[in-house]
Amino acid sequence: MASLHLNAATTAPSQHTKYPIVTGTSVLGLRYDGGVMVAADTLCSYGSMAKYKDARRIRTVGPATLLGASGEYSDFQSIMDMLEGMEQQNDNFDDGHSTDAQQTHSYLRAVMYQRRSKMNPLWNDLVVAGPNFLGLVDKIGTTYTDNFIATGFGSYLAIPILRKKWRPTMSEGEARGLLEDCLKVLFYRDCRALNRIQIAKVTEEGGAVVSEPYEIETDWSAASFATTKGGLEGDGGW
Amino acid sequence: MHRNMYDTDVTVWSPEGRLLQVEYAMESVKQGSACVGLRSSNYAVIGALKRSVNEMASHQKKIMEIDHHMGVAIAGLTADARSLAKWMRNECLNHKYVYGQPMPSKRLCDDLADKHQRTTQTYVRRPYGVGLLVAAYDEATGPHLFQTCPSGNIYEYYATAIGARSQSAKTYLEKHYETFPESEKDDLIMHALRSLTGCVQGDGELTKENGSIAIVGKDQKFILIENDDLTQYLDRLEVEGGAAEGGDGDAMQE
Repeated sequence: MASLHLNAATTAPSQHTKYPIVTGTSVLGLRYDGGVMVAADTLCSYGSMAKYKDARRIRTVGPATLLGASGEYSDFQSIMDMLEGMEQQNDNFDDGHSTDAQQTHSYLRAVMYQRRSKMNPLWNDLVVAGPNFLGLVDKIGTTYTDNFIATGFGSYLAIPILRKKWRPTMSEGEARGLLEDCLKVLFYRDCRALNRIQIAKVTEEGGAVVSEPYEIETDWSAASFATTKGGLEGDGGW
Repeated sequence: MHRNMYDTDVTVWSPEGRLLQVEYAMESVKQGSACVGLRSSNYAVIGALKRSVNEMASHQKKIMEIDHHMGVAIAGLTADARSLAKWMRNECLNHKYVYGQPMPSKRLCDDLADKHQRTTQTYVRRPYGVGLLVAAYDEATGPHLFQTCPSGNIYEYYATAIGARSQSAKTYLEKHYETFPESEKDDLIMHALRSLTGCVQGDGELTKENGSIAIVGKDQKFILIENDDLTQYLDRLEVEGGAAEGGDGDAMQE
């Protein structure tokens, strides 16, 4: 009889996140001459449905840090609450110490790794940027820094373009152009992407700034989009 | 036997509005051997007089490294200080793990002061019987010198001294502190030693055995200067003529 009760307790519903619900897709980031730029679209999908078209997935943390998130949007909101709490504490201390991008990156690593170790991850891949810093933290606490970074589908579709086109001496305009090109390709091929995007930059002089959302031009006249199977015969796909 | 009815519990007030157990703990700091601390605009230095219980015993350690950017000099119960130093080292390590950068010294010292304060308000505890001088260098805010007390108070100083006969050192430091900001490493160390000479007991001397100095600062990880490493500075002191001017006779004030 006692074993029946035990069984009831162990079959209680799991409280752990096993899969994300409302998700944002790729975030891109790159270093350029004078700063770091981050870009993402403003779509949050509910499964395959394009549900929220004005979800801001790039935010500023303090004066000179950018945080971009793909994955579960509610987890990102809870991460932002955490970081804003930390910023408020820094202000309250009023002792000249603040949390820069590198520290935020390290802190998020500790949080993400602890959560995954409790089998209850925050379901995000995060891009952290500062005036002279660009790093990634994923949902299991893996970190790296690089000259350019892409999450989600971007790691397949944007990274090859960035590898080819990125230079350390890129101007701000060139950097923005390259990110827009990457997001355009992502919009063409990633079915969870949108042509409404935000671009953000963080520099030593100007701190972190996120643009208002805007639409990028698209051209669907390419043969592979215009005709089924790209005008090719056979059944080998389009 | 009813000398004082209000000193058996930490948390009980005396009618004069005093917490006698806390004051006794403050007294144990004054019994400990002297520690001095001072800083320039780039470095912080702490110095201490070490005691040995008798001629066959080694000298008690007085300065401890907390992290590459921080160290403490202690006056009072050494065992209490060691437990606090262990806690501080742990806090520094945790901060470095989480944020990837050294612990800001002000934050740690404020937490340390809170740790002292809690004991003065909790029935089951006793105050720590130790005062600390914390020397630290932060990348963001430069060098710092803090003093903590068993009462939970914390002060930041340009220069100060604690422990037995420390008034002599304070007098010396007060006389010279305005020149400290521009001082080089070696000048600070010499000031520390000169201020310590007045704190030596009776007709004793400051030697490489009982002297102890540590420095931390810009591009300078915490280092402890003791024994043979101290000799060169003691030699300079001897050349100058030994005891510090303006420091000596004031030891009588205590």
